Amino acid sequence: MELMIQQLVNGLFLGSIYALMALGYTMVYGIINLINFAHGEIYMIGSFIGYFLIQSFNTWQVLPNAWGFFAALAISMVVSAFLGVVIEFLAYRPLRKSTRISSLITAIGVSYLLQNVMIYFFSPDSRPYPQSIARKTYSLGVIDISNIQLLILVVSVTLMILLQVIIKKTKMGKAMRAVSVDNDAAQLMGINVNRTISFTFALGSALAAAGGMLIGLYYNSIDPMMGVAPGLKSFVAAVLGGIGIIPGAALGGFVIGLIETMATVFGFSDYKDALVYLVLIIILLVRPAGILGKNIKEKV
Amino acid sequence: MKKKFAFLFVGLFFLSACSAGPSGGSAGAAGDNSNAGNQQEGDTIKVGLNLELSGAVAGYGAQEEEGAELAVEKINEDGGILGKDVELVTKDNKSDNNEAATTAANLTTNDNIVAMIGPATSGAVKAAIPNVTKAQVPMVTPSGTDDSITVSNDQVQEYIFRSCFQDSFQGVILAKYATDNLEAEKTAILGDNSSDYATGLTKAFTDEYDGDIVAQENFTKGDKDFQAALTKLKETDFDVLYVPGYYEEAGLIIKQAREMGIEQPIIGADGFGDEKMIELAGEENVSNVFYTGHFSALAPANDTVEPFIDDFKGKYDKEPSTFNALSYDAMLMIKAAIENEDSADSTDIAKGLAELQDFVGVTGNISVDQDHNPEKPLVVVGFTDGEESSAETIEP
Repeated sequence: MELMIQQLVNGLFLGSIYALMALGYTMVYGIINLINFAHGEIYMIGSFIGYFLIQSFNTWQVLPNAWGFFAALAISMVVSAFLGVVIEFLAYRPLRKSTRISSLITAIGVSYLLQNVMIYFFSPDSRPYPQSIARKTYSLGVIDISNIQLLILVVSVTLMILLQVIIKKTKMGKAMRAVSVDNDAAQLMGINVNRTISFTFALGSALAAAGGMLIGLYYNSIDPMMGVAPGLKSFVAAVLGGIGIIPGAALGGFVIGLIETMATVFGFSDYKDALVYLVLIIILLVRPAGILGKNIKEKV
Repeated sequence: MKKKFAFLFVGLFFLSACSAGPSGGSAGAAGDNSNAGNQQEGDTIKVGLNLELSGAVAGYGAQEEEGAELAVEKINEDGGILGKDVELVTKDNKSDNNEAATTAANLTTNDNIVAMIGPATSGAVKAAIPNVTKAQVPMVTPSGTDDSITVSNDQVQEYIFRSCFQDSFQGVILAKYATDNLEAEKTAILGDNSSDYATGLTKAFTDEYDGDIVAQENFTKGDKDFQAALTKLKETDFDVLYVPGYYEEAGLIIKQAREMGIEQPIIGADGFGDEKMIELAGEENVSNVFYTGHFSALAPANDTVEPFIDDFKGKYDKEPSTFNALSYDAMLMIKAAIENEDSADSTDIAKGLAELQDFVGVTGNISVDQDHNPEKPLVVVGFTDGEESSAETIEP
């Protein structure tokens, strides 16, 4: 039983990273019906920006330890947000009126481009992440939790709540919701659609960068290909929760994390990735709108 | 429009058929020719390096390049082989198996090398086998340890050799080491099941081990999260954790296991042998970790080791690693083969390598057996706080 609780906790932490990334997929899809496959690469670049920042903080002897990490986290989120906007502007905006498949192919192309640019400049080797926050393990009765795991959970839940507030309470959030319902009608109501879409990319990319940095700190290893597997899995998470639905993406992320962990617990560690994709197929067959999605009946 | 595409495809198809034709023909012709393989020409003996100089396992390739370069420098200083200087032709296979095959073809046909060193990993070596066999040029891999490299389908690969021992041998020795030295009656395995290397190691270990294997979990290359598997293993009662895999995952496994409170010894094979393993795991976590190595400065195999270490430090200003030593030996094995045969033609070198006995290398005294594997002692190195703290030589 204790073992099971510990495993559930493991799954929860893994899931919170997937959830952070899934939010980016789901927002972009919700607003322009594009699956942004370059999202995993933003996550990777976010972690690299953090890596170089923390290293330079250490060499210049400014902002040591935890403060350095949080400062790097904030800067990395801002830079990645900017990068997300640039990608949208250069790669997706010119194709917004073309078929969905061409945008999708472009997204895949951008993803490969970013991977290869990073490999070219920074070598494909995995590199150890500066451990600017010393790890401490707390024993809470039956389970062990480390401060880094707690940090991951707290940062991701805080960001998710913040996102929900932005979308529900701010003017920009209102505009995002309007654009997602009807692009043209929103424009007629005086909403600057381009700016709203850019803002969405910025938000999603900032979240992905945060995920990348947390993972770097947690596993102590980053490399230019690190975004591929988590990118695909959080895409599955977004679909699972109901693509386009924000709480659904968070829920989907946690579910995927738990599925992976449970697969190992029950001796299917060989098949844990396959299991995630099997879940995707099942959900698409049984409930294509996702767990939280509403089945919209099309009127004939 | 459609028609245009159809023509284009048909055209491409014919073109590719044409380019495949002649090379197939020449290979057939080469078989009947008594002057098969590449002949040594001019005043230099050309040896090719087909190594992972960029890409996922660039760490291995770069080290092997250093070792081979040092060996060549020494050989040329001492007057070369049979009075001729050795020239290295270095090419990067980008840690990609297909690229390794292309590089092998390139070196053997365009650069006319008489012997090749590399690639570093088993998969890349296997990919390169058809091309070097076709060209009849011997290939000595410094670190391709998979069993099926030299013998596949009970057939000894005529042109393939290695300066390292094979996986099954490492697995067998580790099983012995676990029983005899670590007194482990129960072993848990957390192994990579996505590489031939690791599955070979697992099989050899399980076949040889006398104690019980109480748990076995698998992971695949690129995994970063081992919490679930380790949490599960932590609950089982085992004396030793065996991790057949490469340093990238091994480093993370050691880190996560130690942080979780798994204190048992962790053992692995030569795939652990990279500084990155310690960096990824964090120095404080690498204690009670043992792996089989080909070479350790703490347990020198013979008198050649000390001068090798001095020369290496002189040239590169650092301690030589296993991979440096293995490729150094690979180059010297080729030299010995040329001298024994008194000829630097590629087919003669292959013959010389196959018959090489009592060669004194820095990684031990090597005799090539009938399966083209070197028979030599093995070292198990142990770590405390990220520092090499013990080295035991184990004879085959």
